[in-house]
Amino acid sequence: MNRRARSAVFLVAAAVFAAAFTAACTGLPAFGTSTHPYGSRAVGAAIQRHTANVVSAVNFDQRAIDTLGEESILFGAVLGAVVLLRQARDEDRQAPVPGRILPTTLLLGAGLLPVTLLVGVYIVGHGQLSPGGGFQGGVVLATGLHLAYVAADYRVLRRVRPLAALGAVDAAAAGAFTALGLAGLITGAAYLQNVLPLGTFNQLTSGGLVPLINAAVGVEVASGVVVLLAQFLDQAVEIESPPDGERPQGTGPSPEAS
Amino acid sequence: MSGISGGVDALVVVTLVLVTAAATAAVLTRDPVRQAAVLSGLGLCLALLFLAVQAPDVALSQLAVGTAFTPLLILLTVRKVRRSGRGDPADEDGPRADKAGRGEGR
Repeated sequence: MNRRARSAVFLVAAAVFAAAFTAACTGLPAFGTSTHPYGSRAVGAAIQRHTANVVSAVNFDQRAIDTLGEESILFGAVLGAVVLLRQARDEDRQAPVPGRILPTTLLLGAGLLPVTLLVGVYIVGHGQLSPGGGFQGGVVLATGLHLAYVAADYRVLRRVRPLAALGAVDAAAAGAFTALGLAGLITGAAYLQNVLPLGTFNQLTSGGLVPLINAAVGVEVASGVVVLLAQFLDQAVEIESPPDGERPQGTGPSPEAS
Repeated sequence: MSGISGGVDALVVVTLVLVTAAATAAVLTRDPVRQAAVLSGLGLCLALLFLAVQAPDVALSQLAVGTAFTPLLILLTVRKVRRSGRGDPADEDGPRADKAGRGEGR
């Protein structure tokens, strides 16, 4: 398709989109009004299910199937990155040599690491009560762990990061979300329906299925992000690629294999 | 009541201007390493905007992913590309820890 045809197709599509988008926007309630039809229904449903954090109620109860899709996307993305970034046949691995570390940096990192991990666990654990939840807390946990790399050394990070176990945990947690949805089917309700006892409003155990799914998501995101970052770190720090000219073209066997 | 909502509106406008400025800066920055730093700043501005429109959950996600995670991935990628692209590890910007002499002419 030449340039002219491409711009013609783009302009037609853009015009249709602009018209439809403008028409859709005129139907929206005005910004900052006092009536929120969707919001008040979501809040009502959340309070009915004893979930203090309405966003978590939407994510893990009212629209749990959406979240299941999102978690599967994350799992698939991590899996794809692991496959793409694995050590290839023509790549060498070199043990990194530690650089010099300022004692103050080390002290700050050693002090902050447990605090950060605790904050991450808190954000995951209180997902059904206060802002935050499995995804946010999981990312905090995973990035917090890398303080060990920022403040100390790659080898220290490798010691605090059981990669093989985390990969298995990631898969198990992703599966746990799917399996938790079956609880509804077993009791004769719908898939991912919140059928567990709802508990007392604003307690850690409230919300029925919400804290369980929330915890599964927290574990999945934390381990998934650690595994993902590990692949990038491996490539950036340890794995030595051959220079561009020497890299074999195509998918044939590399020179080293022969 | 109108005073409070007026204040919030002002905050929204200020953070929107911040986001626009940071996003423009991110587009205009050409060096990927600098761009990662600007992107981190953009993530922070976006988190402030989400906080101003009363979405603390989204603000937390934005802070964790946009300010810490994505720039880190970009930095690591840039480092890898620079290491394998040239014959010499000219890595003044990336994470440290492997100043070891790498095998030449493998």
